[in-house]
Amino acid sequence: MKARTKFLVSGLLVLGVAGYLMANSIEQTATYYLTPQELAAKTTADPTFYETGVKVGARVVPGSIQREPGGRQVAFRVTDGARTYPVVYRGIIPDTFTDSVDVVVEGRLGRDGTFRATTLLAKCASRYENAPDRNDPKYRNTPGYRAPATATAPAPAARG
Amino acid sequence: MILVGELSLWVAFLMAAWSATVSFAGGKLRRADLVASGERGVYATFAFVLLAALGMWTAIFSHDFSIKYVASFTSANLPRPYLFTALWAGQAGSMLFWCLILSLYSAITVLTSRKANPELMPYVTGVLATTTLFFLATLCLGANPYERLDWIPADGRGMNPQLQNPGMAIHPPNLYLGYVATTVPFAFAVAALITRKLDAAWLAAVRRWSLVSWFFLTVGITLGMWWAYVELGWGGYWAWDPVENASLLPWLTGTAFLHSIMIQEKRGMLRKWNVVLVVSTFLLSILGTFITRSGVISSVHSFAQSPVGNWFAGFLVLALVVSGYLVATRLKDLEAKAELESMVSREAAFLYNNLVLVGIAFSVLWGTLFPILSEAVRGSKITVGPPFFNTVNIPLGLFLLFLTGVGPLIAWRRASLSNLRRQFTAPAFAGLLTGAALLALGMRDFYALVAYTLAGFVLGTIGQEFYKGVGARMRLHGENPAVALVRLVARNRRRYGGYIVHFGIVVVFSAFAGLAFKRENDVTLKAGESFETVDPWGHHWRFVSQGISRYDQLNRQVTAVALESTRDGKPAGIVTSEKRQHVDSQGNPTFEPSTEVGIMESAKQDVYVVLAGVIGEETAEVRITFNPLVWWVWYGGMIMAVGGLIVMWPQAERRRQGGYVAVMAPEGALAPAAPAKATLVTAAERA
Repeated sequence: MKARTKFLVSGLLVLGVAGYLMANSIEQTATYYLTPQELAAKTTADPTFYETGVKVGARVVPGSIQREPGGRQVAFRVTDGARTYPVVYRGIIPDTFTDSVDVVVEGRLGRDGTFRATTLLAKCASRYENAPDRNDPKYRNTPGYRAPATATAPAPAARG
Repeated sequence: MILVGELSLWVAFLMAAWSATVSFAGGKLRRADLVASGERGVYATFAFVLLAALGMWTAIFSHDFSIKYVASFTSANLPRPYLFTALWAGQAGSMLFWCLILSLYSAITVLTSRKANPELMPYVTGVLATTTLFFLATLCLGANPYERLDWIPADGRGMNPQLQNPGMAIHPPNLYLGYVATTVPFAFAVAALITRKLDAAWLAAVRRWSLVSWFFLTVGITLGMWWAYVELGWGGYWAWDPVENASLLPWLTGTAFLHSIMIQEKRGMLRKWNVVLVVSTFLLSILGTFITRSGVISSVHSFAQSPVGNWFAGFLVLALVVSGYLVATRLKDLEAKAELESMVSREAAFLYNNLVLVGIAFSVLWGTLFPILSEAVRGSKITVGPPFFNTVNIPLGLFLLFLTGVGPLIAWRRASLSNLRRQFTAPAFAGLLTGAALLALGMRDFYALVAYTLAGFVLGTIGQEFYKGVGARMRLHGENPAVALVRLVARNRRRYGGYIVHFGIVVVFSAFAGLAFKRENDVTLKAGESFETVDPWGHHWRFVSQGISRYDQLNRQVTAVALESTRDGKPAGIVTSEKRQHVDSQGNPTFEPSTEVGIMESAKQDVYVVLAGVIGEETAEVRITFNPLVWWVWYGGMIMAVGGLIVMWPQAERRRQGGYVAVMAPEGALAPAAPAKATLVTAAERA
């Protein structure tokens, strides 16, 4: 057999093993990434979705966060506007976790309708890109503040 | 200055458009005046992008909060160094920074390669200018950093506290320097494809830039891991997050290219493959940026969903179509000049190396894009987590580690049995000894044992090479070992620099394997209470809480817990973890509180302490983790970077000196201490 053929055969073997590992571990570790509404649809259609590991991406309902003293356990509600689920989570709470933040919770939906999360990721996207909120009084009642579109604001050229 | 900067951005846009147009036209029509104008356009683009960046820095340093970017990412009380780094803290600014690097690289490329490759250059300039044009268009039309608010806040929102970290200050620039450097090889590849000048000439220019890219990506990824580890507080440094994967992908294909290029240089094989690797490395770095910025794939640290994503998607498709077309129509010009002769040869080892690196890249890409793919095919988003990446990549990574030892030592073309025996007996013995020793010491983790056995083997091969090389120099030149070692490396930078990179790889892999023995403890401690445990090395630890302290510092309010520790009964120091509430210049809280991890570093392990929360006044909830060998990830990364620097350091001076030595050798004793310049004149006179 020519070396080239041998290499191709053994190369395919390596790739085959890698492919097998990939396919196999996708079976084992793949989890659905759902919105609350999709989760509701899935559980209605197929009750085995209760107590099955899934990921849910949603927004924290403002004011729903109840932290246990010590900061190890937290209960809150998440929503996508259509459906809302209560969540309990035990573990280290990320610094970015707060009202109205987008979170990804991974865990199981219990038959009682409570989602028990084993991981809690809070996205920081919102805080990377937000300009100051003009309605926030802390930016307003301070010296140097200029209301939107006031005539007193110097033209951009003057500051060049 | 701010206005000048804003206008410069538009001028740069026009310059890049001009440069791209006349360069392609000049190449096609063979008009030297157009080509020269295109090259001058590249310099001008750089000058104006630099002005635009300086204008942005001026706006940031003068706290001009009428500019949205300045108000969004800085505040009046932000420490000065972070005002400087604020340029790349957000979307628009980091795009400008990217553009600055790209235009700088373009100018350097034109300056250094103009003479050497007259046929390729018009197209190289054209591709570089087109890419710059794309970024400038995105900046001017999609995400303008100079965009103004219609009101003027008294203070900005301030910088995300997690970005207020020295690692974060230098990690993104390094990654950008690496990402952007992939553009130059891509430009050369496209130019070579267009002109069908696909001999070795384009590869020479490409190799150095690939090394530059590889070097900065290595440094950037290492710093990124370090930042994640010390700042994010989850106890690890790599989570297979899409954004992390995005930085790994071009590194993998770039590494594959740096190996396969040797096969083409020496044997004229793999010519198609190399073009494909260069092109994919560039496409992957653009894809990485797209993933990071579009919000298409959810990631913990992605930017918000923004129109910039569409620009990148468009550019990606364009680049893919153009380069795909070029490769497909030039296949005949890319036929290999030699064939693989034996499975037991350096060529074969390098082929496997490429296969594995690209295999890893493919699996990482697959796992990263899986949510999109599954949504397209099956209608629901399915994600794969770290277990997927680990099950696939650990075996592949170990095979790669094995090849790291085999590749550099096995003979070209066809290895004889005696070659194998001579090169590999001692290293194989070293590896097996390492494995056996660890097994005897009680290590039972399968992958870790394999990893350390292979690490011993590779270290054996590297050690043997240095030993032989130093020995040969000592015999031939009568040098002492230290001098021989320095000269050995200095005179064969590619080869021994490569070994140093491989040494770094071994160190990093050994550190990764240490993760198998990580231990985590969650404890609740009142002031004066203690917690006792045993670390993975068998040491007995005791932590005593010193209670909770609260104080103000710079731009933040701090709540801290201190633990006094003893190891095997001896004091091991105090470790402190903090919760920080950042405040603005009026003392109002900004952002959510952030956690500052307490780390006691050592070569054996890190003791990693996170304050999870405080109950009442005096009780702290803490997580204490023993992370074995983490230290070595950073040092291994640095060793790799140093090796990379050695490989790419210019060798021109040595060659001149070599010529002189050859000429003067017979009468070398006559003028042993003569200054180099004088003897060079002598050499010239003789000629």
